[in-house]
Amino acid sequence: MYAFDFERPATIDDALKALGAEDAQALGGGQTLIPTLKSRLASPSKLVSLTAIPELKGISTGDDGTLCIGAATTHAEVAAGAGAYPALAALAGNIGDPAVRNRGTIGGSLANNDPSACYPAAALASGATIVTNSRRIPADEFFDGMFTTALEEGEIIVEVHFPIPQAANYQKFEQPASRFALVGVFVARYPDGVRVAVTGAAEDGVFRWAEAEAALASDFSAGAIAGLDVPGNAMIGDLHGSPEYRAHLVKVMTGRAVKAAG
Amino acid sequence: MPKDGGIGASTKRREDIRFLTGTGQYTDDINLRGQAHVAFLRSDVAHGRIKGIDTQAAAAMPGVVRIFTGADFEGIGGLPCGWQVTDRQGNPMQEPGHPVLAQGKVRHVGDPIAAVVAETREQARDAVEAIEVDIEELPAVVDMKAALAEGAPKVHDDLSSNLCYDWGFVEENKAAVEEAFAKAAHVTTLELVNNRLIANPMEPRVAVGDFAPHSGDSTLYTTSQNPHVIRLLMGAFVLGIPEHKLRVVAPDVGGGFGSKIFHYAEEAFCTFAAKQLKRPVKWTSSRAEAFMSDAHGRDHVTKIELALDAENNFTALRTETHANMGAYLSTFAPSVPTWLHGTLMAGNYKTPLIYVNVKAVFTNTVPVDAYRGAGRPEATYQLERVIDKAARELGVDPIALRRQNFVTEFPYATPVAVEYDTGDYVATMDKLEQIADLAGFEKRLAESKARGKLRGLGVNCYIEACGIAPSNLVGQLGARAGLYESATVRVNATGGLVVMTGSHSHGQGHETSFPQVVADMIGIDANMVEIEHGDTDKAPMGMGTYGSRSLAVGGSAIVRATEKIIAKAKKIAAHIMEASADDIELKDGRFTVAGTDKSLAWGDVTLAAYVPHNYPLEELEPGLEETAFYDPSNFTYPAGAYACEVEVDPETGKVTIESFAAADDFGNIVNPMIVSGQVHGGLAQGIGQALLEGCVYDENGQLLTGSYMDYAMPRAADVPFYSVDHSCQTPCTHNPLGVKGCGEAGAIGSPPAVVNAVVDALQRAGHTGVTHIDMPLSPSRVWSAMQG
Repeated sequence: MYAFDFERPATIDDALKALGAEDAQALGGGQTLIPTLKSRLASPSKLVSLTAIPELKGISTGDDGTLCIGAATTHAEVAAGAGAYPALAALAGNIGDPAVRNRGTIGGSLANNDPSACYPAAALASGATIVTNSRRIPADEFFDGMFTTALEEGEIIVEVHFPIPQAANYQKFEQPASRFALVGVFVARYPDGVRVAVTGAAEDGVFRWAEAEAALASDFSAGAIAGLDVPGNAMIGDLHGSPEYRAHLVKVMTGRAVKAAG
Repeated sequence: MPKDGGIGASTKRREDIRFLTGTGQYTDDINLRGQAHVAFLRSDVAHGRIKGIDTQAAAAMPGVVRIFTGADFEGIGGLPCGWQVTDRQGNPMQEPGHPVLAQGKVRHVGDPIAAVVAETREQARDAVEAIEVDIEELPAVVDMKAALAEGAPKVHDDLSSNLCYDWGFVEENKAAVEEAFAKAAHVTTLELVNNRLIANPMEPRVAVGDFAPHSGDSTLYTTSQNPHVIRLLMGAFVLGIPEHKLRVVAPDVGGGFGSKIFHYAEEAFCTFAAKQLKRPVKWTSSRAEAFMSDAHGRDHVTKIELALDAENNFTALRTETHANMGAYLSTFAPSVPTWLHGTLMAGNYKTPLIYVNVKAVFTNTVPVDAYRGAGRPEATYQLERVIDKAARELGVDPIALRRQNFVTEFPYATPVAVEYDTGDYVATMDKLEQIADLAGFEKRLAESKARGKLRGLGVNCYIEACGIAPSNLVGQLGARAGLYESATVRVNATGGLVVMTGSHSHGQGHETSFPQVVADMIGIDANMVEIEHGDTDKAPMGMGTYGSRSLAVGGSAIVRATEKIIAKAKKIAAHIMEASADDIELKDGRFTVAGTDKSLAWGDVTLAAYVPHNYPLEELEPGLEETAFYDPSNFTYPAGAYACEVEVDPETGKVTIESFAAADDFGNIVNPMIVSGQVHGGLAQGIGQALLEGCVYDENGQLLTGSYMDYAMPRAADVPFYSVDHSCQTPCTHNPLGVKGCGEAGAIGSPPAVVNAVVDALQRAGHTGVTHIDMPLSPSRVWSAMQG
């Protein structure tokens, strides 16, 4: 690890000020960043921890009925406290291991946009709104390819608003070594349609499977997608699975998610 | 019933108290006054010529004490290889040099080029990044067959090719084997890969070198399974330090699985640098370094052929294996694919004719050496896979085919140069059928099918040769070391004992099971016996722990030394009680004159040994301390039968282990709980190899599985609750304890059971074209196999 300065501000304003320094880096739960630093693969001048800011923490219900989760809320807290959105709570409770879940945060996961992370699938499939210190970003406009998001330099996520679906489920097929999603599919049914988001599979990161959404809108059953071709996105091929295998799993996991969502 | 705390008791492991409460003393816990830290600059290319190393900027970095390169080690020995294999023509293997720091060339990713010694570890790492190395990258050889092709780039320019040796065994049998194949009624052929593994002990390697200017003595603290061997290899062959000026200490060791047998460059470096700098020098491997510098295991590519007659009797076996040596010869690397592999090819079967050919190959990868089982898992895997395939081709029950060909009379001399002393393979198979409830398989198959899962059953046998020794035999086979074991038993005046053993625990529970043996012999509480190991200044010259040899060889040395203690103590007791030593009986810690009520407590006699007022000084020296060196007359041959049931998810290819049963014959057993634990751990590693683990290099020699993000280790959820049984016991006939060893069995016997089960599941589901899938059986590989 290279040397860096460390700040742990108590307000969003102080955090933004601290992040104004050159090569400053926001630190959520650190479950990706700290191993990266230990491997000497990053050298920020300053780490600004976002975990001591009360406004960034907690779970509540908004006036519009959405589930509002503070960006610095840990996976374990979401698993325990997002009972209003069981599929989301279940997803959070199945990320990594207890040590990861007690440190990692939803804001950190979304801002990192690891192509194999679970939360981006939930946010995209839920049509969530990512609320930052300066604006509200619809999930459809937030994810910009692997490890890339719409966040500007120095912009931080404050809260994530999840519209609560009528039915939803997340199915993760784990990569054998990392236990990240080799393919993860989040299916959410809303009164105005069905959203299907896929993580782990595609070279451009999390994506929506439009054909499946259309088929499921008229018939929300696993059988509805049986006849579909696998998504045409460029799939990741590595030693854990070929592009063909991942494309196949997208379909299998989508079917299982629909079935489990009921 | 076993005596409480004696042989046969499941005494809880006394060492676990400190391991589980964080008070163990590992090498990394050692920090010496004035200690400096070293970080290594390691090659990031697999093969290249070093054109220049500029350390000027790095040397000026904060905290840097000194920077070493290969030039500092010119004229100093390289890392020695401890085993010389002779090839089919009778010539010695090609044996390249192995410098401490690279000289002229780098030969694998991770090969150390330079070392920075600095005040802190981070300062050393900072300075490593400031070293400028000019390397001309050369084409790498990774694939073994490509490495042997005409015109392939040579890993070592001074060798004639990348072939280390071409070994034939038994060469004289070759023609007879070929004739048997020509006459065979049926021949089954199978080509397979025994996947390369990375040992991944929980504790990474650490070395702390120290030098005492006032005495000129060097000390190395290191993570080793055999500190005496390191002292000999490093002292005699690398640094030129005689044993009486060199102490090697391996304190608590957090797992090794073979990878901590070998002498590594970092150990020699820290000892050398400490002497140069006259201050302690410490290195602690990062996990990333461990992946690219700890010796890897397995990595065999094999074609095996089994010949059968019209009655399905095995008539001959023929194998052709390419074994990866990596870029250099690690300490015992040449022995693994030869004498630890070829000699086991008979397995549990009376195949009369066997020919094994092994080509050992240099490649631009990390050196490969012994890993839990070492050669024997590779032998077992190919043999038990080809038998399964043969049974399928012939349409016979795989268990029946095995039973038909079992060795049933002992001792049995195999056609591959070893003699099994005892065994009962029918009994272990009977036991297996019972504990695995094989009769209930069809019912479980139907239940799985109802849940949409493909169930399969895999069964196999194994035999291993362990308790590795005898010295004169291994010497003939090319070992450059003896393989006895030593023990000193020191009895203190008040009756407590310290046993100094040349074996060294890296998790096996020696501190618990060895005292059980001594306590049982004397009839005292095991808590009166303490084990000292891991320090060359304390224990007599010993050979360490590997090859499931600690109890069979080390335990036998302890028995011999304790017998000497008892004999002497009886003489002392006889003198005090005015009787003949022949009439003294020792039972439950009391010396009694036979047929009388005269007796003395153990402590009375031990006190007399050190306060010899009433003592036969003219006949007997005072004191009570004895040493024994035990060199066995044969290997031991644990054997068993394993059964695995799997479910395969037909949609994803994911395999889950539904049950695993192991019926082992380990001979006599000292601590059944520890034995079960050893089997559990071995099974987890074998299942890990079968389903998850696999070290992968790309065609340029870059390590693709360089972290746990890509190298899949087995976790608790990947393994079932095991059903293990070791009630079938045919005691070893040639060691005093009648024990055979249990440390490697689980890892040797389990991979074929898993693969047999998965192939069975797919076959039953109609994938009749799937006769083999190479390990690890990842979901993607199994799914691909199902696609045809």
